[in-house]
Amino acid sequence: MAFVNWLKHRLVVIAGLLTLGYLLLPNIVVTVFSFNQPKGRFNYEWQEFSTAAWTDPCGVADLCGSLSLSLQLAAWATLGATVLGTLIAFALVRYRFRARGAVNSLIFLPMAMPEVVMAASLLTLFLNLGAQLGFWTILIAHIMFCLSFVVVAVKARVMSMDPRLEEAARDLYAGPVQTFVRVTLPIAAPGIVAGALLAFALSFDDFIITNFNAGSTVTFPMFVWGSAQRGTPVQINVIGTAMFLVAVLFVVAGMAVTHRRKRQKA
Amino acid sequence: MSTGTLTEAEAPPPPPLAPVPATGKPPRKRGRWTPYLLLAPGLIWLLVFFAMPMVYQASTSVQTGSLEEGYQVTWHFATYWDALSEYYPQALRSVLYAGTATVLCLLLGYPLAYLIAFRAGRWRNLILILVIAPFFTSFLIRTLAWKTILSDGGPVVGALNTLHVLDVTSWLGLTAGDRVLATPLAVVCGLTYNFLPFMILPLYTSLERIDGRLHEAAGDLYAKPFTTFRKVTFPLSMPGVVSGTLLTFIPASGDYVNAELLGSTNTQMIGNVIQSQFLRILDYPTAAALSFILMAAILLMVTVYIRKSGTEDLV
Repeated sequence: MAFVNWLKHRLVVIAGLLTLGYLLLPNIVVTVFSFNQPKGRFNYEWQEFSTAAWTDPCGVADLCGSLSLSLQLAAWATLGATVLGTLIAFALVRYRFRARGAVNSLIFLPMAMPEVVMAASLLTLFLNLGAQLGFWTILIAHIMFCLSFVVVAVKARVMSMDPRLEEAARDLYAGPVQTFVRVTLPIAAPGIVAGALLAFALSFDDFIITNFNAGSTVTFPMFVWGSAQRGTPVQINVIGTAMFLVAVLFVVAGMAVTHRRKRQKA
Repeated sequence: MSTGTLTEAEAPPPPPLAPVPATGKPPRKRGRWTPYLLLAPGLIWLLVFFAMPMVYQASTSVQTGSLEEGYQVTWHFATYWDALSEYYPQALRSVLYAGTATVLCLLLGYPLAYLIAFRAGRWRNLILILVIAPFFTSFLIRTLAWKTILSDGGPVVGALNTLHVLDVTSWLGLTAGDRVLATPLAVVCGLTYNFLPFMILPLYTSLERIDGRLHEAAGDLYAKPFTTFRKVTFPLSMPGVVSGTLLTFIPASGDYVNAELLGSTNTQMIGNVIQSQFLRILDYPTAAALSFILMAAILLMVTVYIRKSGTEDLV
């Protein structure tokens, strides 16, 4: 009976932790199999321990090329989507204007659309215009679908901003530019950074839209997709593991910084 | 979209704001054109690369012709009918798989969101990181890892066999024999896994907003924990449930990666058909028609769902 009571009390915790396990299981498998020495082309069965792939992550043809292409694309897409999205977010929060509802739905629609629909329609546009598929068409597509996510992230932050801070700056004779650079931008920064990080992750990881609009250009997700048919090199698991570690490190570092700032203020 | 916005947005920029005079009031009235100028670049991008492609797609779907001779708009609406009658199994499967995955996501995700919001204490941030961090690892690599996890004769399949779970799922048509890979179960498992964070995060956001004193109040009024959940917590988390189910169902219904990597030709979804029509068979009118049908179906379902659930101010 005591056990049943204990179980009843902990049911949520146990169920939640099981879900967390389900979420992390593939990451664990990816990490473990990055130390595998596979026989044959596919890396789906455990053979023996080896660090060969970790010491030679670029040992597979085209892998690091596609990786660097994806990083470049993600960097440019992040820059484009963050600038355009931040401007829209400020306009939506700070101004009342006609057609605000229409603008809001135009921002919302790309997020409420299955990726394959956007991918296919963009391809029909490019085909009709006779555009050469490649780096630029991918970049255009990535900026397009990252934009809405940046708007939402920045909007949330700007909405919670106290407009009196800017009034105070103006009362203290700060010009519009000075107010924006010294007051508005620093307060909005966490939202902008969050939006930019989201855009980077979305662009770097995108497969469906890229697959339609890349032509013969091969980004990292497309390399992984191709390798699922041809045979997956262990190096893919190495990169996957490294990306996970970098992401965790980034977030932990970011939290450490905010934690220290809070302590300094206190 | 409103052409008014565009023409106004393209108007010449207004003169720069006058510098704040050293005396007198700060400028209260800002430029009337400022919002349109801020909106213009992003909106033009969305209109040209999101709205306009939809128009092109609509026109492609009513074209006839061939790849060699070129396509012409002939208002051939029969393409829609032909596409639907040929591919309705894949369309139905998409709704079924995506729906099942959404329900599973809700059942699996709710306890974890609840745990993070109310029970995690100082572990809260760590668990949140562990939910978000996989986003940054390529989802294709993680989906491929499911091939290892569900491999024939692997520990998971072995355990399910020993517990006779696979007998039940085979009887239900979810698996075939003692295999899990290349069956509907594998596809649904992959879909559930891939879109689970999209369920957890909105759920967590709406749960976190709930005032803890409401739980105490319910307890003071002699509500049992489950009654508190049913009458207080769950209704208050409805915005999260609605946006979570939408964020899971919509991308899952158009996904073709899970069905391709974990399934077989018998588990193809509408996304697989659109992809192969567009990129392999190059039958653009059929592909465009299917894509349009998917979009219309999604918009219809989402509208009805949002009306029914009564939370219209989601965005």
